[in-house]
Amino acid sequence: MTLNLNWGILLEESATGDGPYWTLLATGLQWTLATALTGWVIALLVGSIVGVLRTLPYRPLALLGDIYVEVFRNIPLLVQLFFWFFVWPEVVPQEIGRWMKQDMPYPEFITAALGLGWFTAARVAEQVKSGILSLPRGQKNAALALGFSLPQTYRLVILPQAFRVVIPPLTSEFMNIFKNSAAALAIGLTELTFQMKQMVEYSNEVIVSIAAVTTIYMTLAFAVNRGMAWLEKKARVPGMIGGGR
Amino acid sequence: MIDWQLIADNRELLVEGMLYSLKLTGTAMLGGIVIGCLLALARLSSFKPLSLFAAFYVNLFRSVPLVLVIFWFYFLIPYFGFQIGPDKSVFITFTLFEAAYYSEIIRAGIQSISRGQVSAAYALGLTYPQTMRYILLPQAFRNMLPVLLTQTVVLFQDTSLVTIIGIKDFMGSNVVVASNNSAMTEMYTFAALAYFCVCFPVSLMLKRLHKRIAVIR
Repeated sequence: MTLNLNWGILLEESATGDGPYWTLLATGLQWTLATALTGWVIALLVGSIVGVLRTLPYRPLALLGDIYVEVFRNIPLLVQLFFWFFVWPEVVPQEIGRWMKQDMPYPEFITAALGLGWFTAARVAEQVKSGILSLPRGQKNAALALGFSLPQTYRLVILPQAFRVVIPPLTSEFMNIFKNSAAALAIGLTELTFQMKQMVEYSNEVIVSIAAVTTIYMTLAFAVNRGMAWLEKKARVPGMIGGGR
Repeated sequence: MIDWQLIADNRELLVEGMLYSLKLTGTAMLGGIVIGCLLALARLSSFKPLSLFAAFYVNLFRSVPLVLVIFWFYFLIPYFGFQIGPDKSVFITFTLFEAAYYSEIIRAGIQSISRGQVSAAYALGLTYPQTMRYILLPQAFRNMLPVLLTQTVVLFQDTSLVTIIGIKDFMGSNVVVASNNSAMTEMYTFAALAYFCVCFPVSLMLKRLHKRIAVIR
């Protein structure tokens, strides 16, 4: 069989009525980026808090952190997204639920960003915890001996070092959040993979659509990889694991 | 929040869905480890074209979302004229996709074995296949067993994504029951709970295995 590849299709007007096909993909890329980046901010915030909780000397708090991580790591992302999108508005008090279903702006985007953020937070927490535990114990003891309170010890001594140590392992989580955002098409987010599906179904140019979207994802992965490599170099702690070269 | 009566009424569908998910996980695990092993050996080989091909394969699959790969095969297999249906073609999708991830684990495992082992095997007159078969791979596989199994738990969770193309895996059959009975709250809560009850004990066991193997080493 011969392959008829019509690359010009990207410039043709799409049957969806939203302009040429390339704008479809551009919109998709915007949603992918917006969802992944918003999710990443949430993941870093929540993940750091949960990670710190798990290293605290108070059992109940540490246990709470462990439960968070186990729950979010042992349920598939798709199921979590379905839960937040379809179940959560029914569980919360009625008025809030009604607002979420009717008036919340961009419901797919907000749900996807939050869901993705909480999901990734469990993985970030795991890295933050091992980052904190990888510091020499003397650091914490010295700070306490100098009369720092526990919050001060964390804020001034442990965390500044731990955050620099965890940057390399967080690279792959940052890559993952872009890839995982594709699962949000199941709740109707019009991100990149969703747009590819649209383009295939409307234009029938299977190979061109797939090639275009795959190239975008690979470029994205490459850019993230380079960016994080630069950050890793900047953040190395001399004499510590993952740095000091 | 969970309607046990509804679940009991639809148990056949749900059990069938779970069996499908497990079958998909098992196939992709076995196929993925075999292909992943070949890819890892290719990547470490000194024959340039072979190692370049393996590097390209692994990097390609690792930089795109699984959902996208599911759609590749969903559209491409019928496009090239094979009418095998999505519920069979995802077996190919998952095997090829997971092979890339398993191969990275296996490569790390092989590289964790000291070079002296290989040199000693060669010095004793063993050929390359013999060295791999009797010296390197047995040691490497023991070291990487916990990581391989952890990846398999991830794989099991990822199989839920086939719901997107309308396959009745475990999540897919929950979606069917939910929409037939307008019981989304009940069924999606049940699905989350069920996945947790399968994955959590396995993760716990793997954590223990990891510790035990780490001590022996």
